[in-house]
Amino acid sequence: MVTNITNFGRSGLSDWLIQRFSAVILALYTLFIVAYLLLNPGLDYATWSGLFAQTWMRIFSLLAFVSIAAHAWIGLWTVTTDYLKPTGIRLAVQSAIILAIFVFLVWGIQILWGA
Amino acid sequence: MSTLQVSVYRYNPETDSAPYMQEFQVDTKGRDLMVLDVLHLTKEQDSSMAYRRSCREGVCGSDGMNMNGKNGLACITPLSEVVKNNKLVLRPLPGLPVIRDLVVDMGIFYKQYERIQPYLQNDTPAPAIERLQSPEDRDKLDGLYECILCACCSTSCPSFWWNPDKFVGPAGLLQSYRFLADSRDEATSERLAELEDPFSVFRCRGIMNCVAVCPKGLNPTRAIGKIREMLLANAT
Repeated sequence: MVTNITNFGRSGLSDWLIQRFSAVILALYTLFIVAYLLLNPGLDYATWSGLFAQTWMRIFSLLAFVSIAAHAWIGLWTVTTDYLKPTGIRLAVQSAIILAIFVFLVWGIQILWGA
Repeated sequence: MSTLQVSVYRYNPETDSAPYMQEFQVDTKGRDLMVLDVLHLTKEQDSSMAYRRSCREGVCGSDGMNMNGKNGLACITPLSEVVKNNKLVLRPLPGLPVIRDLVVDMGIFYKQYERIQPYLQNDTPAPAIERLQSPEDRDKLDGLYECILCACCSTSCPSFWWNPDKFVGPAGLLQSYRFLADSRDEATSERLAELEDPFSVFRCRGIMNCVAVCPKGLNPTRAIGKIREMLLANAT
């Protein structure tokens, strides 16, 4: 058993499952957005804004934001543990990544419900 | 005369400040020799060269090394399988500290093997003769027990190169599953509890280098997948 405290789920098993689950959510969201853009060639602001005004789209988008937050945390945490060997640098980079993820998540929520 | 260009990694920490490659010309007399035979011929030219070997038939696992960029057992690898453009480059197993020339320090590899408790654990009083196992349960150990711990797989694995102190590595995990899958072993939940952190099992990225190099044709990636399945079944 190797102890870890800066990974997302405190457990390799939960990180592994969340990584796969969030990947599926992100794939579905990406497919949806690409399909929407292809099916609406002359897209204007009103249509785009109307899409994001609907509750189901806000829920779907928030789900995608939370998924990308978890996905990025798990993935980048893994990269730092592979390549950053000095503890001070590794912890600093991990903290910066986690803070950035938090900022982007709150910012994303504000955009979804703000306008 | 059929001359083979052989380039061998040399390093003696007592006399060399850095490792270097030594060039040899070996006359194979047109035969498809095993790489280990070629090493014997180079050692005739320079007896100071060090490498491990024992059974010379792929059973002991002593002569694991990197041949033209791919790990394998020198004794059962014919030249026709690895030599390209009449050149053979021999290096020690990657990622482990070099003791001398092709001899590596396998301490961390054995430490990871020890960590998975590679022995049967069963507290039930032993029956008079032996612990019986059905033929079906015995079949589950095929493809697992044959490992000879040559370290070809673990030293071809980038996850093991970066974190050999935390990631068990393909060889250790294959053996871990060998005991998890054994119907006579009673320590399954204790074994699984030791493996659920982000490194021990989950640092495997499934690139299957281990499968590509295993001289015994075993499949550690499959065993790692089975361990993940067991961990998941245990925790959901």
